Amino acid sequence: MKDKTKFNSAANNSQGGFLNEGLWKIIITAIGIAVIGLTLAIAVFLAVKGSATFYKFHHSVFEFLFSSDWNPQDTEAGGGNVGALIFICGSLITCFLALALVTPFSLSVALFMTEISPRLGKRLIQPAVEMFVGIPSIIYGWVGYTVLCKWIKTVFPDKAPTGMSVLAGSIVLAVMIFPTITTVAADAIRSVPSEYRKAAYALGSTRWQVLSSVVIPSAKQGLLTGIILGLSRAFGETLAVAFVIGRVRAFPTSILSPTYNMTAIIAGEMGDTMNGGEKNSALWTMALLLFIISMFFIIVIHRIGKGKKNEKKI
Amino acid sequence: MKRKFERARAENAVMTSVLYVFGISALILLIILCGYIIIKGFISFEPEFLSFNRHGIGNQFFNTVYLVFLSLVISAPLGIAAGIYLAEYSKDNAVNRAIRICVETLSSLPSIVVGLFGSLVFIEYTHSHWNLMAGALAVSILNLPLIATTTEDAFKALPQAYKKGSMCLGATHWQTVYKVMLPACMPRIITGIILAAGRGFGEAAALLFTAGMSTDINWGQWNITSKLCPLNPFRPGETLSLYIWVLRSESINPKASEIADFSGAVLILLVLLFSVSARLLNHYLDKKSGMTK
Repeated sequence: MKDKTKFNSAANNSQGGFLNEGLWKIIITAIGIAVIGLTLAIAVFLAVKGSATFYKFHHSVFEFLFSSDWNPQDTEAGGGNVGALIFICGSLITCFLALALVTPFSLSVALFMTEISPRLGKRLIQPAVEMFVGIPSIIYGWVGYTVLCKWIKTVFPDKAPTGMSVLAGSIVLAVMIFPTITTVAADAIRSVPSEYRKAAYALGSTRWQVLSSVVIPSAKQGLLTGIILGLSRAFGETLAVAFVIGRVRAFPTSILSPTYNMTAIIAGEMGDTMNGGEKNSALWTMALLLFIISMFFIIVIHRIGKGKKNEKKI
Repeated sequence: MKRKFERARAENAVMTSVLYVFGISALILLIILCGYIIIKGFISFEPEFLSFNRHGIGNQFFNTVYLVFLSLVISAPLGIAAGIYLAEYSKDNAVNRAIRICVETLSSLPSIVVGLFGSLVFIEYTHSHWNLMAGALAVSILNLPLIATTTEDAFKALPQAYKKGSMCLGATHWQTVYKVMLPACMPRIITGIILAAGRGFGEAAALLFTAGMSTDINWGQWNITSKLCPLNPFRPGETLSLYIWVLRSESINPKASEIADFSGAVLILLVLLFSVSARLLNHYLDKKSGMTK
C-alpha cells in the first residue's frame, strides 16, 4: 500500500515535470522572441516618428541631409527648415578626428601589451584598460569641461575664447573610445598563430619587421573591427560631447571653433518640444539617422568577419 | 647588404622604444586621469555634500542605486531567459540568427536613442510624468544584451557532462537547465550582472527624458503611493550622472562645481568597485574551474 502511494506520487511528480517542461519551454521561447519584438518596436517607432518630417511636414530627405538651414517650428503646422547638415558635419568631424588621434595610440598600446611586454600587459595594462571601458562618459565630459577646455582656453586665448571646440570634443571622444579599440585590437593580435611569428623570426627578421609585415597584416580584420566599434561608440556618445562641443549652430571654421553635433542637439532640445510638432519630428529624424548609422556599422563589422572566414577557407 | 641589416636593426630599436613610450604613457595617462578625478573630488569635499537635500548628493546617490536595482530586477530575468533560449532551446535557424542580430543591434544602440524610445513609450503613451520606473526600463534595454550574451556564453562553456549526466538520470530538459546547469552557471551570470550594474550607474543620456532631472524626496514619508516617498518608483528621480550634467548649467548653487567634482569621484568609485569585484570574481572562477579540470 505504502509502495503504491509512493509510486503514485512519483508518477504525479513526473507528470508535473512534463507539464512544467512544456510550460517553461514556452516561457523561455516567448522571452527569446520578445527580444526580436523589442528591437523591431524600437526600429518601427523610430521609423514612424522619424519619417513624419518627410510625409507630414513635406521636407525632402535631401533638405534634411544637405541643407544647413535649421529652423524647425515647434508647432503642428510646421513651415520651418530642417537642414541638419551642421549637426551631421559636427558628428562626422569630431568622430573622425577622434579616430585619427586615438588609432595610432591604441594600436601601439595593443602591440606593446601583447608582443613586447606580455607580462606587464596581462598584469597591469589589460586590467587597467578594461576598467576604463566602464568609466561613465559623463565623467569624461565633466573633466573635459573643467580641465581640457580651460587648458585650450589658456593656450589659444584668441582662437578659442571659451575653450569649447571641435578639438576638445575630439579629445574627449578619443579618450573614451581608447579602451574599446585597444581591447579588441589586442585580442586580434593575440589570435595570430604563433607559428607565423616563429617562422618570421627564423628567417632572421627583427621584432619590428615581424610586427609590421607579419602580425599586423594578419590581424588586419580584427584591428579594423576594433576601429569601427570605437567609431560607432563615438557616434552614439551624447553628453560627454555636449559638455565640450560648444553647442553653437555654425560650421566650424577651424578645429578650435565650437560647433554642434547630432546627439547633443537631441539631448539639448528634445525636452522643450511639443510631441508631434515639426521640431520634435526633425529631432526624431536625427535619432533615426543615428540608428541607421549604428546598423550600418554592424553590417560593416559582419562583412569584415565574413571576409576573414573566407580567407581561412582558402 | 650590411647597410640593410643595420637599417633594419635601427628601425627595430626605434620602433620598439616608440611602442614602449606609448604603452607606458597610456598607462600613466589613465592612472593620472582616474587619480585626478578621485583626488579632486575629495579635495572639494564638504560634509554638507553628504546630506539628503538640495545641498548634498544623498538623494541622487540613493536614486542611482535604486534605479539600477530596479533595472536589474527587470533585465536580469529577461536577459537570463533570452540567454538560455539562445544556448539551449533555439535551433540553428532563422529565429536564432534574428535574435542574435537583435541582441547585437540593442547592444550598439546609442543610449540617447533608447532614451527617446523610452520617453515615447513609457512616458508619453502611459500619460505619466518623468519617473524612475521609465528610467529603469530604459536602462534595462541597454543591459539586456550584456546579460543575455553572458548567460549564453556561460551555458555554452559548461562541460557537456553536466547536461548528459542529468538527462541520463531521467531529468527533463527544463529540470536539467533549471536545477543543474543554471546553478552551475550562476557565478558567471552574476559577474555579467555586476558589470551591467556598473554600466547602469554611469548611464545618463538614456535617463534625460525618462527618469527626469529633478528629485524631491521626503525621508519621513513612507507611504509608497506618495510622490515624496523614497521607494515610490513612479516619482521623478535624478541620478548622480544626470546631476553632473544639470550642475553644469546651474547658476543658483554657488558650489555647483565642487558638488559635481565630488559626484564624479563618488560615481567613479562606485563603478570601479563594481568592475573590480566582477573581475576578481571572474578570476576566482577561472582559477577554480582550472583546478577541477
